[in-house]
Amino acid sequence: MSSDNVLLEVKNLKKYFPVRKGILRRVVAQVKAVDDVDMHIKEREILGLVGESGCGKTTIGRTILRLIEPTEGKVIFRSKRLARSGEQYREVDVTTAPPKLLKTLRRDMQIIFQDPYSSLNPRMTVGSIVGEPLLVHGVARGSEREDRVRQLLHAVGLKQDHMKRYPHEFSGGQRQRIGIARALALDPQLIVADEPISALDVSIQAQVLNLLEDLQEEFGLTYLFIAHNLSVVKHISDRVAVMYLGRIVELAKTEDIFDNPKHPYTEALMSAVPVPDPDYNVERIILEGDVPSPVNPPSGCYFHPRCRYAKEVCKTETPDYRTVGGEHFATCHFADSLNLRPVRMG
Amino acid sequence: MAVDRPVAKPKESEQISQFQEALRRLNRNRMALVGLGIISLFVLCAALAPWIAPHDPTTTSLRHTLEGPSLQNPLGRDELGRDNLSRILYGARISLSIGLISVAIGTLVGIPIGAISGYYGGKTDLLVQRLIDIMLAFPGILLAIVIVSTLGVGLPNVMIAVGIVSIPIYVRLVRGSVLSIKEQEYVSAARALGSSDRRIIFRHILPNCLGPIIVQSTLQIATAILWAAGLGFLGLGAQPPTPEWGTMLSRGRVYLRVAPHVTTFPGLAIVLSVLGFNLLGDGLRDALDPRLKR
Repeated sequence: MSSDNVLLEVKNLKKYFPVRKGILRRVVAQVKAVDDVDMHIKEREILGLVGESGCGKTTIGRTILRLIEPTEGKVIFRSKRLARSGEQYREVDVTTAPPKLLKTLRRDMQIIFQDPYSSLNPRMTVGSIVGEPLLVHGVARGSEREDRVRQLLHAVGLKQDHMKRYPHEFSGGQRQRIGIARALALDPQLIVADEPISALDVSIQAQVLNLLEDLQEEFGLTYLFIAHNLSVVKHISDRVAVMYLGRIVELAKTEDIFDNPKHPYTEALMSAVPVPDPDYNVERIILEGDVPSPVNPPSGCYFHPRCRYAKEVCKTETPDYRTVGGEHFATCHFADSLNLRPVRMG
Repeated sequence: MAVDRPVAKPKESEQISQFQEALRRLNRNRMALVGLGIISLFVLCAALAPWIAPHDPTTTSLRHTLEGPSLQNPLGRDELGRDNLSRILYGARISLSIGLISVAIGTLVGIPIGAISGYYGGKTDLLVQRLIDIMLAFPGILLAIVIVSTLGVGLPNVMIAVGIVSIPIYVRLVRGSVLSIKEQEYVSAARALGSSDRRIIFRHILPNCLGPIIVQSTLQIATAILWAAGLGFLGLGAQPPTPEWGTMLSRGRVYLRVAPHVTTFPGLAIVLSVLGFNLLGDGLRDALDPRLKR
């Protein structure tokens, strides 16, 4: 792994949620929402994170920001803001950062939520929502803060006179822009975008997506872009990670993963993408059965009960997450030998 | 959810603060204004009682006991010949202050405890909730009797007792609201941007719990007045000759058949004041919620 321009590194990250039962609330099982995830995000990169609902995408995003405490593992962030003189950056483990350091780190790592309705406090004006981060960190006060809020609103395509209004006066797309402005207020390096466009009307999705792309360029941002819409992920991402049942099954550059998938789950997922061409006859790979429960995942390779290439070894041995050539990683015993179909998208 | 573009709104509204905005909306709610009118009337009566009361509320006149309404005594006289109207006017002072002070005690103690219990959860929550269970296991009036008996008889102690009895109600109410509101994404957003717990509780969570708290408080003022009356009846509350509505009600109860006016008018006073607080409370709840803006 080249380490010179890595911004965030996730090492063996695990998040198990206990399942409690009975009067004594004993822990009877663990939901393995995130199970041993390794990945890194480079500076000014967009890493797409895809997978079915319930596979742990959102949990990863929130654990990185420590909105959820991880069970195990490290999240190493290279903060420019915290760099001492002579250093380019300072490495901080987010998972063990003490409260004061964590608060400073929060200036570097922000989040955009999926639901533009529940992510804005209905009792605060847009101005105070967007200005809150500035207030909390003591960055700007009074008229200076108002000016900054105006700039932020302008940057996300809202009008200045929207400051005094309440969130319910805005449409979904406008609300999402407010959420984006709030995330940008502290001039962060990394933004976790948790399905930022999936709750929006299709007509608005492209606008917000373009806004996110423009902002990335303008402010030199890095995104962890969580989504389940593959076309969107292909469009925006530099690299893509595919998750299944709390694990990353494949991670590679966008072209590589779409042209040359190495994991059967990726192949099946990609075959589900609708192609806007009536003459194109796609053979969709229909996965049998449901996603197994993360409380009691299958033995060996988690994907083997639904995999059409599964062999005996898949039931007993857990495949390693390993490179299959350069920066292309896959978690499959046969990643090198399978000849999987690339994806065709409109 | 209806999503309107906010373009067509008048310019002047931009200058209006949230509080003014709430007042403006309250102003449009007729029932709330009726409630406000009734409460203002009682507050005026309480404040101006020494000047507007036709007689002294404690002067007895044994020759005129239980007399019905007349020009001289518009609401009649009670079992000791005291002027009913004057007693009701003075009673407003006592009943309103019992209601307001006991609710103030209940909210000031109950809301923070409920918020902490709900927000932090875990062992804190468990401990607080078991204590609250113990308090709720006693019927409210019984608990109030115990507290008054311990602290000693008298009006201030009645207010404290009724206030303490209402604490668990607020703790439970606020805890429940906090539990649902803390899962909202704007709370996660506030944490993600580094807000302190205190800021999250007071700026993000509690303002969104206000509706139920306000409604409960208005009902609680009414309940407090009734409880205080009950305590007065048992000889633990306002001591005679203090003109207190509840005590007047229970004293006059004996003469219900021969002199119904002795109980009817204090009863009406209680009903009206309770109604006033409820109407205003409902109106306030609507006015304080910007989502219901019309």
